Amino acid sequence: MNINITNMYMKLKIAFVAILCSLSLANFAQEDGRKIPAVEIQNLDRSKFNTSDITNDGNPIIISFWATWCSPCKRELNAIAEDFEDWVDETGVKLVAVSIDDERNVQKVRPYVDGQAWEYDVYLDPNADFKRAMNVNNVPHTFLVDGEGNIVWQHNSYSPGDEIELYEMVEKLANGESIH
Amino acid sequence: MVAFATFAFYGAHAQEQHLLDGAQIHGNFDLYAQTYQEDSIIGAKDIPEKSGVNAFTNLIVTKGPFTAGIRVESYLPPVQGFDVRFGNQSVGVPYRFAQFSKDGLDITAGNFYEQFGSGMILRAYEERSLGIDNAFDGLRVKYSPYQGIYLKGLIGKQRYYWTKGDGTVRGIDGEVSFNELISKFEASKFRLTAGGSFVSKFQDAGVSSLDIPENVASFAGRMQMGYGGLSFTGEYVRKFNDPNGDNGFIYRDGQGLFLSATYSQKGFGINVSAKTIDNLGYRSDRNALLNDLFINYLPALTRQHTYTLASTLYPYATQPNGEIGIQTDIIYKIKKGSAIGGKYGTTIQINAALINGHDTNQISSATDLAQQVYLPNDPEREGYTTSLLSIGDKKYYQDFNIEIDRKFLKKYKMKFTYIYQEYNIDLIQGTATGHNVYAHIGVIEGLVKFTKKQSLRYELQHMFTEQDQGDWAFASLEYGYSPHWIVTVLNQYNYGNPVKKLQVHYPTVQVAYVHNANRIALSYGRQRAGIFCVGGVCRNVPAANGFTLAITSSF
Repeated sequence: MNINITNMYMKLKIAFVAILCSLSLANFAQEDGRKIPAVEIQNLDRSKFNTSDITNDGNPIIISFWATWCSPCKRELNAIAEDFEDWVDETGVKLVAVSIDDERNVQKVRPYVDGQAWEYDVYLDPNADFKRAMNVNNVPHTFLVDGEGNIVWQHNSYSPGDEIELYEMVEKLANGESIH
Repeated sequence: MVAFATFAFYGAHAQEQHLLDGAQIHGNFDLYAQTYQEDSIIGAKDIPEKSGVNAFTNLIVTKGPFTAGIRVESYLPPVQGFDVRFGNQSVGVPYRFAQFSKDGLDITAGNFYEQFGSGMILRAYEERSLGIDNAFDGLRVKYSPYQGIYLKGLIGKQRYYWTKGDGTVRGIDGEVSFNELISKFEASKFRLTAGGSFVSKFQDAGVSSLDIPENVASFAGRMQMGYGGLSFTGEYVRKFNDPNGDNGFIYRDGQGLFLSATYSQKGFGINVSAKTIDNLGYRSDRNALLNDLFINYLPALTRQHTYTLASTLYPYATQPNGEIGIQTDIIYKIKKGSAIGGKYGTTIQINAALINGHDTNQISSATDLAQQVYLPNDPEREGYTTSLLSIGDKKYYQDFNIEIDRKFLKKYKMKFTYIYQEYNIDLIQGTATGHNVYAHIGVIEGLVKFTKKQSLRYELQHMFTEQDQGDWAFASLEYGYSPHWIVTVLNQYNYGNPVKKLQVHYPTVQVAYVHNANRIALSYGRQRAGIFCVGGVCRNVPAANGFTLAITSSF
């Protein structure tokens, strides 16, 4: 048993060196768009939800990582909430709010979301699995996904007024334009 | 290995289809650095290197069902306040994994994080800002044999700075979601999930006069029920004889119980949670202390404060050896257009928590425990008796919070907060003052959006207390120029300190520049000594004077 695991680790180490060598090749290209990784998170009722099921019928999707203890996150999501109905009417956008609250605060997420009457799809990521897979370091961190499921933009931190730039890009995506 | 790598390099190149066709590579980078100048008034020591730098970078490669990842960390040397053992190696790779996930089967080899239920029995997680990382290094298999049934199994050793903890942890977890399992219930308003876990840790007993159990087992059962806006959660954990450094090497079993009820509807939400634990410090090395090598996670059942004076002076830290507590959290949004709510509505949040110790009866004397002279089957080696539901006289922590959030004008909103804290400083910080700290904190926060993209946010905080360091005042002003700039100036003033020499100002200036997922922030000033906590796990932040640089990037 021990020897097999050591062998496996050796093979993993070799695989890594191989991958890292390959990275130096210039002719490697990420031609396909960046997709949302498939990670198991939770619905607000703690039942399982897989992030590969995040879809919006070809319309843009905003994915925002937040926490009940993160004041700038709440400022961002409450600021967007003020105009969200119009955003949806005009572009069909969906906002997926992923809470990274761990077991200390996870019980407060649902009361807060309902208390604020948000119209977002809220999920729980209590052990930061989705946060890690999306390479998020701290919150607030927001991503924009186009109609084909490609992650086309991301932003860290929040300052009042940032939602204006975000909506300009959502409109561009909804009109089939590229945001670059 | 190099020969093989070169072979793989050319081998991959020679094939028509490149190994990495269709693969995605993404990652992140984080750097936190400080410079230190001696400042004897605030207690900032002279640090020989005059700086500390913590940095890490993650890289993840995904292709179809395969994922592989690696993290490089460096501490040159560790920032003051982070455990010095991080400095045992200046750069290294403490995290690497390979994962296959398809059709309900998920296998991970290498390092991984995991949580069973609420984490009271097992939780491996990372909190980089605290220096917490108890990742497993081993193997994990997750399998869903049928819709609604989820099984997990893992085995591994835990991370211990640049090496591994002594013990090996094995665990299995099963969860059944009845709404998914039974098709009749799929669309039902009644939701039910149940789960159970079994975890066992093995650690060699070494040379000891005690009859040390090498295998320490624990089990847990949990349930989650919901109906519309109402939900109940409960989890019970039991740990079998685990003499360790936390409990003074007694053989008493450990237990934990968590119960929570929530009701919410549009505009209103309430949660009541209660938790009791007894002797539930569960580590993969029985001799580990501080925040090292915890298998489980025992969060504080108190509000996570965000305002500086409320969160860094007297924050509560869970007592793994025993505590019983209750917390309630209420949020109510008064409708916009109503008489009390005002034109834009008003949100009120109330939170209260109370944590006490248990009533315990010591069986063995302190000297016996110190000498550790039990024979097997000696009832005295249980240490003490108590009931999991007993409420002792000793108050550990109490707080009451009320927060009112109101927008007065289209471009101006304010938040008023009152916080009352009662804090058992002797227990939590190990001091010997003989009395608790009673503090009242008031905060006024305002946000002005004077143009579409420019804003000014101010915070005025004040703490009234007759104990410990006395009264504090805090003021900060933050200017935001969306989307790139945030400039902040702040000052904390301990004008109420009983020692005149310590009535000191702690001013700081910070400039942050953000471009998409890249953020760089530079600050200069005095950092007050305090405690920085996330989730009930805390680290001490020492007093410092100098520059702080924080860079974060995601790609």
